[in-house]
Amino acid sequence: MILTSFRLPGEFGGLAPLYILPDKANTDSGLTIETYQFFFSDFIYVEVFLKSFAVAIFTTIICITLAYPLALLIARSPRKFRNLMIMLVVLPFASNFLIRIYAWMIILGPESALSHIINSTLAFFDIAPVTLLFSPFAVLIAMIYVHLPFMILPLYTNLEKHDPILLDAAQDLGANAWQRFWYVTWPQSLPGIFSGSALVFVPVLGMFAIPDILGGTGDIMIGNLIKDQFLGTRDWPFGATLSIMLTLAVLSITGLFSWFARPAGKFA
Amino acid sequence: MQRRMTTLWIVSILIYAFLYIPLIVVVVFSFNNSKLNAEWVGFTLHWYQTLFHNHEMLLAARNSLIIAISASTLATLLGTMAGLAIHRYKLKVLPILAFTPVAMPEILLGVSLLLFFLQVLNMTLGMFSIIIAHTTFCIGFVAIIVRARLQGMDDLIFEAARDLGATPWQTFYHVTLPLIRPAIIAGALMSFTLSIDDFVITFFTKGVGEPILPIQIYTMIKVAITPEVNAVSTLLMLLTLTLIIVATRFDTSVLRSESK
Repeated sequence: MILTSFRLPGEFGGLAPLYILPDKANTDSGLTIETYQFFFSDFIYVEVFLKSFAVAIFTTIICITLAYPLALLIARSPRKFRNLMIMLVVLPFASNFLIRIYAWMIILGPESALSHIINSTLAFFDIAPVTLLFSPFAVLIAMIYVHLPFMILPLYTNLEKHDPILLDAAQDLGANAWQRFWYVTWPQSLPGIFSGSALVFVPVLGMFAIPDILGGTGDIMIGNLIKDQFLGTRDWPFGATLSIMLTLAVLSITGLFSWFARPAGKFA
Repeated sequence: MQRRMTTLWIVSILIYAFLYIPLIVVVVFSFNNSKLNAEWVGFTLHWYQTLFHNHEMLLAARNSLIIAISASTLATLLGTMAGLAIHRYKLKVLPILAFTPVAMPEILLGVSLLLFFLQVLNMTLGMFSIIIAHTTFCIGFVAIIVRARLQGMDDLIFEAARDLGATPWQTFYHVTLPLIRPAIIAGALMSFTLSIDDFVITFFTKGVGEPILPIQIYTMIKVAITPEVNAVSTLLMLLTLTLIIVATRFDTSVLRSESK
């Protein structure tokens, strides 16, 4: 108990009282809400926040669409194969995070096979060639790639618990494949989707490495802003303000997700 | 029904391909005899050779190992205690305290630790601060694993030990510890991989000075991409793969001896 309480000053206690402490650049004493006013005074910062939310929402939705068929297949496979199939999902994400981003640098690079294929197809239709790297597209694809397992695992854990008898019953009652999915499997899987979404949404929101490496100069997210305040311009109070904003956003999102997951959980 | 399974299979195989192709590309290009990561020219081990003569890189690898070993040892010790405490004192606050760092975006933890080290402790950033930072975020993971293990067990075992005259320490050593050992080992291995892979928190708490592996890779990617990065990546993948295989071997053997 002492240990956990000891750890906290390092994480949150350290932050809360300190962001109002002026550092060398900001020498008036005591408390100030200047940085907060500054945040809202310039639309650019709000815009970055909104953009980060958009990226996080897109990533989450695409992750759900990609993860669902795979999780469903694993959950319906013979029991002896399931562990192996899950292992195969987890394995690539055990490799270093930077390496996984770097891999996309190669694939999306201007000299890569993929770029050649896409650009020659575009040239065929008389469209100007595109650069894949250093674009919002590259950021999004890497976000999906890095976070996909976080969606597959909770979804699988949920789908695996479903009772197949329910599907048989639905079939007996005359439901076709699509109806069986929509009225039986999908509602039951909502808690899995919500917990997976929380696991994808939150880290994407705070990510700075992916936009930093794969994004162009315009593709900055909250994480990049925070990083720049702390390590670049060294405006710590403002960086801390941004961090607090992000914390609030994350807390409300997680609260929202768990609130959504709860009523659905009762039926599952 | 049959046709639906086939579609599921095709989609799933595509997703597996999506998961694996990038990594395969990295490995393949690490043996490519060309400075550009564009097309296959020929097989070479040249990039591995330059890697092993890169003094900075070797130093970074050594530093990362030291950090990972110290941080995972500390985190396992503290995390196990935290897990035990959370299980024993059923206070609602405790799990929240231990698990929030795990659920928050890493960047927030990195920033808070940076502020904490500089403003509160007034210390110089370096290896020591990184070890502490890594320990901090690993504790939560170890605590979660240990607590999950304890939750699955019958508390009567501990009471039985006490009834038979064991001191609290003897109960811990002869009953609790052997029972939670698989969780402790799993937690330790997890901390080690988390620590050696961590980029974000290291980035904020590194200070200037000693080269650290993920930071070194980051700089290489940002500044100039040479196939040397592919070589490091391949070696790192090999390391984590071996660790995972060792972990699963170990884990199943532990489980087996238990079920007897």
